[in-house]
Amino acid sequence: MGRSLNINGSDITIEADPQTPLLWVLRDELGLVGTKFGCGIAMCGACTVLVDGEPTRSCSLSVGDVEGKVTTIEGIGTPENMTIIQQVWVEHQVAQCGYCQSGQIMAATALLQENNQPTDEDIDDAMSGNLCRCGTYPRIRAAIHEAATRLQRS
Amino acid sequence: MGKLGTITRRTFLIGSAAIAGGVAFGYYQVTKELENPLKPGKGETTLNPYLLITKEGITIITPRAEMGQGVHTTLAALVAEELDVAWQDIKTMHGPASGTYYNEKVATLPYPEYKENSTKDKLENIMGAVGKIMGIQITGGSTSTRDAFEKMRLAGAAARYAMIEAAADKTGQKASTLKTKDGFVILPDGQKLSYLQLAPEAAKIPPPEAPKLKDPSEWRYLGKDMPRVDMVEKVTGTAEFGIDTKLEGMLFATIRMNPQLGAKMKSFDAKKAKEMPGVKKVVDLGDGIGVIANNTWQAFEAAKKITIEWEEAPYPPDTKAIFSQIEQAFNNEPNSTLRDDGDVNTALVPTKDIIKAQYAVPFLAHATMEPMNAVALLKDDKLTVWAGNQAPVLVRDHAAKVAGLNSEAVTVYTPYMGGGFGRRCEYDFSDLAVKMAMAMPGLPIKTTWSREEDMRHDFYRPGAIAHFEGRMGNDQPIALKADIASPSCFQQFSSRFMGMAPPGPDKILVEGSFDQPYAIEHYQVNGYISDIAVPLGPWRSVGNSYNGFFHECFLDELAASKNIDPVAMRLQLMKNEHEPSYKVLKAVAEMADWDKPLAKNKGRGVAFTYSFNTPVAQIIEISNSEDGLKVDKVWCALDVGTALDPRNIEAQMMSGIIYGLSAAIYGEITFENGQVVEGNFDSYDALRMATAPQIEVKTLQNKPHISGVGEPGTPPSMPALANAIFNLTGNRIRELPLKNAVEFA
Repeated sequence: MGRSLNINGSDITIEADPQTPLLWVLRDELGLVGTKFGCGIAMCGACTVLVDGEPTRSCSLSVGDVEGKVTTIEGIGTPENMTIIQQVWVEHQVAQCGYCQSGQIMAATALLQENNQPTDEDIDDAMSGNLCRCGTYPRIRAAIHEAATRLQRS
Repeated sequence: MGKLGTITRRTFLIGSAAIAGGVAFGYYQVTKELENPLKPGKGETTLNPYLLITKEGITIITPRAEMGQGVHTTLAALVAEELDVAWQDIKTMHGPASGTYYNEKVATLPYPEYKENSTKDKLENIMGAVGKIMGIQITGGSTSTRDAFEKMRLAGAAARYAMIEAAADKTGQKASTLKTKDGFVILPDGQKLSYLQLAPEAAKIPPPEAPKLKDPSEWRYLGKDMPRVDMVEKVTGTAEFGIDTKLEGMLFATIRMNPQLGAKMKSFDAKKAKEMPGVKKVVDLGDGIGVIANNTWQAFEAAKKITIEWEEAPYPPDTKAIFSQIEQAFNNEPNSTLRDDGDVNTALVPTKDIIKAQYAVPFLAHATMEPMNAVALLKDDKLTVWAGNQAPVLVRDHAAKVAGLNSEAVTVYTPYMGGGFGRRCEYDFSDLAVKMAMAMPGLPIKTTWSREEDMRHDFYRPGAIAHFEGRMGNDQPIALKADIASPSCFQQFSSRFMGMAPPGPDKILVEGSFDQPYAIEHYQVNGYISDIAVPLGPWRSVGNSYNGFFHECFLDELAASKNIDPVAMRLQLMKNEHEPSYKVLKAVAEMADWDKPLAKNKGRGVAFTYSFNTPVAQIIEISNSEDGLKVDKVWCALDVGTALDPRNIEAQMMSGIIYGLSAAIYGEITFENGQVVEGNFDSYDALRMATAPQIEVKTLQNKPHISGVGEPGTPPSMPALANAIFNLTGNRIRELPLKNAVEFA
C-alpha cells in the first residue's frame, strides 16, 4: 500500500492516506519536526520545504500529489555542518522565537539557488509569503544579501 | 488557592494596608530560605538554584520563558559573568516549575514609574515579597532582566566564591591568593583546578552572606553583544518547541471548543468522526470536544465532521453591540483617577478653544506563529506535561487540579516557545492537553490546536474607547483630560493567575496615559471599567498598547491645532519632568534629521511612550506610492538604564515595532453571532518582508535603574504611524486598524 517518496536524499515508504498533507507526514509519521505548522492554508510559510528545489507549502500539498524530491530543513545542514546561508543566519543572529526560521531559510535557499544577486525587490517577492511575528525581516534581508555575496565568492 | 487569595487580597490593598498585610503575613515567608528545586542525579552537583554541574559541563538554569526575546542568553550571561566561565562551555536549561524562581518585579503599583520616591520603593519591596510568597514564576511585564539582574549575578558570584574556597581547602593555599579564569581556579604557581572537579566540595561550602559583585568596568559579557545560546538550533530546525515534542507511542489530538467563548456545549454527534480512518477516540470536554488520532491531520479532519450544538455567548453578540456597551461605561463612576494634577474642571470650562477627540481600538489576537499546543502523559498517578508556557507553576498547579493530583505528582517541561506575547501566560492549552491525556491514560497525547481554533479562542487584547479634551496655551498644553473605557483585562487575568481580582484602581486600563512624563498643569486621567465577558489577557505591552495610541495621537492633535512642532512641544513638557525621557526624544529627533524638511510625497510622525520603566521615542517616515501608503523607515531611541546586550535590545525594539505596526495597520478581531470572525492569517495579516520598514535603533543609558525591552517598543509605533499619516495626508485617523481608513501598499 505504501508510496515511496524521496526525502532528503533517501527513499522512504509512506503509509499515510495519500490525501494527508505532506507536512503531517513529515512531522507526525517521520518525526522531521523542523518543518513547522503555522496556518494550514499556505498563508504563513512556516511549513516551506523544497520539492525539486521549488519552495512549496507542505501544509497544502497532499502527499499523494508530491512529484519530485523533497528537501526539508533537516536535509540542508546540521548544527555541525551548516550551509553558508545558515552560517550567515547565525552571524547576523537572525532568529528570535525561531519558529518561522526553518521556512524562511528554505525560501531563502530556493531564492539564492535561482538568483545569486537578488535585489531588495527580489527578496520582497521571494520572501513575503513567509510570516514572522517576531519581526526579524530586517535581519533576514541583510543575511540574504550577505549570503549572496559569499555564495558568489565560493 | 484559598490561602493565597487571602494573602493577595490583603497585600494588594495599596498603601498602609499593604505594609501591614505584607509584614504580618510575609515576614516568615519573605525571609525564609528558598528551597533549591534542582534535584541532582548521580555525578551531578548543584550549588544554588541556578547552577547544575556535571563532569561534562556547567548548565545555567534560566527560569524564564524563551519566546524569542533572548532571555536565556541574557540570564545565562548574568551568572557566567560572575562565575567566570567561558561562554562556549556553558549550556542553558529552563529548569523545573518552582516558586523559588518567583518574579519579584511582576506586580506593579498604581504610580507613574518615572517618578522616584521612597514610599514607592518601600511598596515595591513589598510587592516583591508578594511575588515570593506566592511563588509567581512568570515571564511578563518586561521584567526578566530587571528581576534577575542582581539575584543571578549574586548566584554566579557565590558559586565562584565556593569554588575558590574549595580549591583553598584542597591545596592548603590561602583563598586570597587564588584567582579564576574560564571555569578554573588558578593557583599562585599557575596550576589550574577545574570547576567541574571542585563542584562536589564547593557545594558543601556555605555561601557568603554578601558576595562581592564585579564593577561594571570589569564586565566581559554584560554590556556586549552575546551570541545567542539558541541560535544554531533555531537555524537548523533542531530547536525543540513544545509542538515538536516526540515521545514513544505518542498519539495526536486536537480540540474544538465553543466559539461562543465561555459557554458550554449542549450536545454533539460524533458518529461520522468515529468512523474516520485513524481516529482513536472522541472526548467530551463539556464546552467542546477533542479527537485523538494517529496523526494531527486526521484529528483536525475528524473534529470538523462532528456536529455540535453550542450554548450562547455570555457577552453581546457582535462588535457594534460590544463597543456600545464599552461606551456606556462612561456613565459609571470612574474606577480610577490615577493622575489628577491641577484642576482640569476649571481649566476646561467650555470655551471656544477646547479641543476634543474620541478614539477607539479593536480587540486583538496574539497570533503566535506556533499555535497553542501541549503534550501530556498520565501514568501511574504521575502526570507529565510538555508545554511552551510563560508561567510553569500555574501550568503545574492547574494541571494537578484537572487530574485530581497533588502538585508534587506533576512535572512540567518548558521547551522553546514559537512566540508568546502574553498568550502563553495562560494554562488553557495545558489543561486541555491533560484532559485529553486522561482519556487515554498511559499514552502520551499531543494536542495541537488548528490556527482557527487558536485565533478564535484567545484571551484578547480588549477593545477600548477614549474621550480626550485639552486646551492649548501659546506653545504647550495647559490642560489635558482623558477618559478611557475598556473591559478590565487586569481583573480577568488576576482571577485566573491568582484566584481573585484585587479591588481598587485598575492601573493597566490606563497605563500609557496616566503615567507619562509630561508636566501639564491641569492633567487628569480617568479609567472606566466595562463589564464584558469576552476572555481577555495580557497582549504585548498590555494597557500601553492602546493608551500609547490615544495619548500620543491627542498630543499630536494639540500641537497641530497651534501649528507647533510636536517634538519641540513634547520636549518642553518633559524637560523638567524626566530628563532621561527628554534625552530619548531628543536623540530620536537627531537620528531622523527631524529639523530638515521632507520630500513632497513623504510624511512623518512622532510618538513617545514610557512603559515598563523604559522610555521609548519613535519617528516614522511614510510615503505615497501608486499602490498606497508605504511605511519606509522607523527611528527608535530608548533608555534601559544598563544595556546588558545591545544587539538583542535592538532586535527587541525592531520586533516590538513590527508587532505594533502589524496591529496598527491590520489587526482587528471582530464578533458576529457571539463568535470571533477572523480565523487565520488571510483575515488577520501582519507586516511581511515587502511591507516591513527599515528600522534604526539607539539605546541610551541615562536612567538610574535597569529596565526591560520585550514590550516597550510596541506602544509608540501605532501613534507615530497615525501621526505620520496626518502629516502626509491631513487625514486624522482616530480608530484602528488604519487599513479601514487608508490604502496601504
